[in-house]
Amino acid sequence: MSGSRLRRVRVAEVEQVAARIKRFRLVDIDNAPLSEFSGGSHISVVMHSGDRMMRNPYSLMGSPSDTSSYQISVLNCGADSRGGSKFMHENVAVGTELEISEPLNLFPPVKLAKKHILIAGGIGITPFMSMMNELDSLKSNFELHYGVRSLDEGAYCKYLQSRYGSRINIYRQDQGQMIPLETILGNQRLGTHMYVCGPKPMIDWSLQTAELLGWPSENVHSEQFSAPPPGKPFTVKLAKSGREITVKGHQSILEALEEHGVDAPFLCRGGACGQCETGVVACDGYIEHNDHFLTEPERVSGKKIMICMSRIQTGSITLDL
Amino acid sequence: MTISTNKSRPIYPGLSPDLNARSNIIVCDKGGAAAVTELFSRADTAFAKRTTILLAETLSDAEKQTVKTELSPASIEFFPTIPEGIARLREMLEAAPMGLRLYATGTEPLIGSVVQAAADYAIDHLSIRTEHRGSLMRRVQCVHCKGFIENVTTNPVTCAHCGLTLLVRDHYSRRLAAFQGVCIDAEVPGDVPPTEALYQ
Ligand code: FES
Repeated sequence: MSGSRLRRVRVAEVEQVAARIKRFRLVDIDNAPLSEFSGGSHISVVMHSGDRMMRNPYSLMGSPSDTSSYQISVLNCGADSRGGSKFMHENVAVGTELEISEPLNLFPPVKLAKKHILIAGGIGITPFMSMMNELDSLKSNFELHYGVRSLDEGAYCKYLQSRYGSRINIYRQDQGQMIPLETILGNQRLGTHMYVCGPKPMIDWSLQTAELLGWPSENVHSEQFSAPPPGKPFTVKLAKSGREITVKGHQSILEALEEHGVDAPFLCRGGACGQCETGVVACDGYIEHNDHFLTEPERVSGKKIMICMSRIQTGSITLDL
Repeated sequence: MTISTNKSRPIYPGLSPDLNARSNIIVCDKGGAAAVTELFSRADTAFAKRTTILLAETLSDAEKQTVKTELSPASIEFFPTIPEGIARLREMLEAAPMGLRLYATGTEPLIGSVVQAAADYAIDHLSIRTEHRGSLMRRVQCVHCKGFIENVTTNPVTCAHCGLTLLVRDHYSRRLAAFQGVCIDAEVPGDVPPTEALYQ
């Protein structure tokens, strides 16, 4: 199975919501209703920047039942990233047309949970926007713990507090405030689930804290949107069709294949779901495994690669495609 | 444990200690108590001290004493039947915080009852550590009259409620904690294969 079909949308509104974060509202190009989604869903946005095609996942933020428009938030990661978020910030304005995928949810709240603890760091707030909307309308018990660098850099602080009141807890790094995770997790009733989204160190810390407090792994959920790290160009050979494709420095293998019309499987595009796992037939370079999916023995074997995130340093790789 | 192609058929991977949990509840029967002894041997004394064992099977006083010595320093409570043990489990879960780890070991009806009760407290069945010990007997629901037949050791089995001859399937319901029994001679009444003692 490969990604769902694409839909053309137009940017209807752009708002600077925090120092480096913009909110984009997208409507169907013909104003047709968009698909409904569930709390925690994301879409991927296709960007054409010069001769480059990129595709980044962004969480949907509005009300899941509002089909008139989708809202996403984009953090400008600046020069150190491969440029997808920079492109959104600098080249996309009201009226710009974009292509997006249908919504996909790899981070749904567990419906039978007695309580939901949401842990967000920085831009990691985005999947929780729709999730809280949904949990609130289901009258589910939830609380948010949201770490921001400062009030300037944290998106939606005021909005969330006015909408959800005391269920929102904000921690400001510039004032030395930390999420007291041990205290929070140490005092919850049975059947509580924790969800975390944010930078990798924060996710790792949260998962570890939960584990050390004896939380079963089934009660702990995380989502991380990591863009594929850039590198040097290299060649991908397709064993079945005999084609050869160049992966540019700022592209993932998956993006290069898509640019050349090759239909490859994917879901999350973030190295987490396992859908894009591809067999390696031959490789004369060093594989940089950037996913969170393959096990250590699988990596060492060199027989598999997650093409949404991983690349080789130089040379060529032959894939079982 | 026999391997089944039916996806609903539960598997019991065996007990391993969660050393991080702040408290443990283990529900077992007499056969399962041996698995608990082995579990304790793979953990430290502090683990056993954090543990409450609910043993749900009728034991003689002498047997109780042996089990107590064997499993100390865990605290242990005895119940003559599975339903009585489960009632106590529910009481404990009602007040329990996160950080509790649940274990179940013994016959399938015992493990199934624990999983079934735990679901009411939003405990994911995969987070319950389980090990099968003792008899292979099954709890079966007749899909026709919906009655439950306890301690089934043969296949086919006669429904204790409606009298139909039932083929015991590997199709399992976690919600009902029972395998499904389906009329075996619906096409040609009386055409019944020999009864096999499959679940001794
Ligand atoms: S698409 Fe999910 S791991 Fe690559």
